[in-house]
Amino acid sequence: MRLIKIVDTGFDPWKYQQDYQQQSMSGKTDFGATASFIGTMRDFNEGDDVSSMVLEHYPAMTEKQLNRIVDEACHKWAIQNTLIVHRVGEILPAEPIVLVAVWSAHRAAAFDACRFLMEALKHQAPFWKKENLRTGTTRWVEKNT
Amino acid sequence: MSIKVLYFASLREDIGRASDLIEDTGQTGSLTIAQLWIKATGRNTIPDELLVALNQEYTDIQASVKDGDEVAFFPPVTGG
Repeated sequence: MRLIKIVDTGFDPWKYQQDYQQQSMSGKTDFGATASFIGTMRDFNEGDDVSSMVLEHYPAMTEKQLNRIVDEACHKWAIQNTLIVHRVGEILPAEPIVLVAVWSAHRAAAFDACRFLMEALKHQAPFWKKENLRTGTTRWVEKNT
Repeated sequence: MSIKVLYFASLREDIGRASDLIEDTGQTGSLTIAQLWIKATGRNTIPDELLVALNQEYTDIQASVKDGDEVAFFPPVTGG
């Protein structure tokens, strides 16, 4: 099972994860581990204060690439369910950008698959960040940390 | 043949448009993405860090295109 969602307004990752688990795993009793990662926007980058940013993406490819990395994770680890939520549009400091959650029978698969999905997303999914600095200038983020 | 070309992020701003439709009537052999880049952008140099997708899958500039393909050019991705 999986859900991949791109959202253009603010979302509550904890509520999202809880609601998704309730909907998709109701009655299931064989999962023993849930690992999740939430990425939020920092108000600084490369020594500058950042007041907001805009996230752009390539919709058709985003979906394809995220499905591909979930396929890969399912192939590598015995995972039961995956949730990926990613923001686009204008984002403010402390707002969630991304949620990755993985459910499995045991913790090793959940931890490892969650980390893998997050790293693969950062390197393969076609998203781009443009920062609005506190000084009034804007700049594209050129490389992922 | 007709190829849809898309540009994203800083590259879109740099080129000054989000897309091009390239109609290639004279071509008898195959057209590579590198040739398509020149045709679409009018630029002879290919940026070092340029990423290329053919029908939403990563590929390289030596790949060939066919009628109806969608080719996207963009800088390194920075999501997450």
